[in-house]
Amino acid sequence: MRTKLGYAAGMAVLAASTIAFGGPSGGSISGKVTYEGTPARQKPIDMSKEPSCAQQHPTPITTETVVVGPGNTLQNVVVYISAGAPDESSAPAQAVTITQKGCQYLPHLVPMVVNQELKVVNADQTSHNIHPLAKINHEWNKSQPPGTPPFSEKFDKPEFIPVKCNVHPWMHSTFAVLKTSHYAVTAETGAFTLPNLSPGKYTVTAWHESYGEQTQDVTISGNETKTVNFVFKAKPY
Amino acid sequence: MRTINMKLIRLFLAILAVSAVPTLASAQQMESHIGKVTGHSESGKQLFYRYCWGCHGFRGDGNGENWLPTASFAYEPYLNIQPRNFIAGTFKCRSTPTGTLPTDQDLYNSLVRGLNNSNMPSWITLTAQNRADLIAFIKTFSARWKNDKPADPIQVPPESKLTIESIKQGQELFQKLECWKCHGQEGYGDGPSASTLTDSNDQPIRPYNFASGSRFKCGVTNQDLYKIFMTGLDGTPMPSFADVIKPDDAWDLVHFLRTLQVTQKSPELTLWGSTKEGAAQIASRKISGTPTGSGIKQ
Repeated sequence: MRTKLGYAAGMAVLAASTIAFGGPSGGSISGKVTYEGTPARQKPIDMSKEPSCAQQHPTPITTETVVVGPGNTLQNVVVYISAGAPDESSAPAQAVTITQKGCQYLPHLVPMVVNQELKVVNADQTSHNIHPLAKINHEWNKSQPPGTPPFSEKFDKPEFIPVKCNVHPWMHSTFAVLKTSHYAVTAETGAFTLPNLSPGKYTVTAWHESYGEQTQDVTISGNETKTVNFVFKAKPY
Repeated sequence: MRTINMKLIRLFLAILAVSAVPTLASAQQMESHIGKVTGHSESGKQLFYRYCWGCHGFRGDGNGENWLPTASFAYEPYLNIQPRNFIAGTFKCRSTPTGTLPTDQDLYNSLVRGLNNSNMPSWITLTAQNRADLIAFIKTFSARWKNDKPADPIQVPPESKLTIESIKQGQELFQKLECWKCHGQEGYGDGPSASTLTDSNDQPIRPYNFASGSRFKCGVTNQDLYKIFMTGLDGTPMPSFADVIKPDDAWDLVHFLRTLQVTQKSPELTLWGSTKEGAAQIASRKISGTPTGSGIKQ
C-alpha cells in the first residue's frame, strides 16, 4: 500500500511538472555579457608555414581566446539554461556545421545539442585533422585532406570539448555539447536572448573559454522577459 | 637508521596498498577473452599491484611514482612519457576505429609487445593467463568498459601486389595526404608541424622517425602499419585516415612507408633500391649511428 501511495505521489509530481512545462512559453531571458579588468592582448598568428592559408589573410588574424566588443562586451560566450528546462528528448534534425577555412575554425565556438549531427567541412587547400580532446565523450581524431567530402559526427554526453588541429597548432575551437536547445552565443554586442521559456525557475549559465563559467537563478512567471547580466573578471595573462 | 626507516615505510606502503586494493577497485569485476583464455580481474588485481602500479599509479590514472616528480626526483620525473591513464579509456594501439574502445586482443598485444620508444616493456615473461587477467583488471578502471562495447575491428583486406608502381603511388599519397607535415619529406619525423605537437595531456610528442630503425609502437607487420594509419593513434596527434584512403591505396602507402625505413631490410626497400631513383634516395638517406637510435646523424 505504501509503495502504491509513493508511486501515486510520484506520478502526481510528474504530472504537475509536465503541466508546468506544457504551459505558455512566451517568457524569455535576455541580457548582456561584459568584462571588467584588462583582457589578455590577442597575438597575431604566423601562418607562414602554411602559404595557402596565409594568402587568405592580407592582415594576419589574431588568436581568439578573448574576443571583446565596444563597451567592454564579451563575445563568444555560451549562455544556456543549465537547470530548470527539461532535457531534450530528441536532437534537432538540422546539423550544425564547422568549417575549416583559411586555417581557422568558423565559427570559433560551436554549440550543439547532445546527439545533434555535427558536419565537419574542409574548405582549405591543405590537410587538417579534427581532434576533439573529449574527456567525457570519446576522444577521436580524423584526417581531412583537401577536397574530401564533409563528414558527420555526434557526441552523446554534455561536455565543453576543446578542439584542435595538430597540423596547424594555432587552430582552436570548442564544441559546446549541451543538454538543452535553450542556448545563445554572444556576438560583438555581448547581448543574448533565450526565448520560448515557460514559467518556472531556471538556472542560467554563461561559459567562456578563458574565464570559466558563472550561473544565476531566474524565476519566470507568465510571458515576462527577465534581464540577466553577466560580468566576467578579465585577467591580462 | 635512515635506510631502515625507508624500508619500514616502503613495507608499510606495500601492506597499505594490498589491503586497500579491494575497497578501491572491487566495484566491478571484468573478464577478458583472448583466444581460448579467459582473464579475471580479481586475479589481475594482484598482478597489477605487483608489476604495474609503479608507473600506472594506484588508481590506474598514469600517475605512478615513477612518473610524478617526487621528492627523490624533484626536478625531473623518472619517465619522460606519461604512462597510460586507464581511467580515460583512450588507447593508441587498436584494431578498431578512432574514438572506440580497443578489443581485448589489442590490449593483450600491447602487453606482449611493449610500446617502443616509451618505458613500457614487453611482458612476455608473464604467462598468457597472467596477461589475460591483467587486461581484465585494467578494464575495471574506466566506466567506458561497462557502458560501451569495442567497435568492430576495421577490415584489413589481403595485401596488394608489391610493385614499383605501387610504391610510387604510395609516394604520391604521402604528398597528397600531407603526411610530411609531421613526419617530414624523408620520413625523419621533422616536418614543419613536428616541433609543435602535443598529446592529449599537453605533453610534447614526436612523430615517428621512419629512418631511425626503431619499431612502430603498434606492431611490426605490414598489417600493423595498415592499421596504424587507418585507426589513428588515439590520444596522440596521429589521426585516422579510414574515411579518406581506399583499401588499395592504403596498401600502396604501406609499401612506400617501408622504403622510408632505410635501415630496415624489407622486400619494399629492396625493390625500391633496384630502381635508379630509389637507389639514389636510399643512398642519400644513409644514416650513421647505432641501432638504438643514439648518435644518429641526419
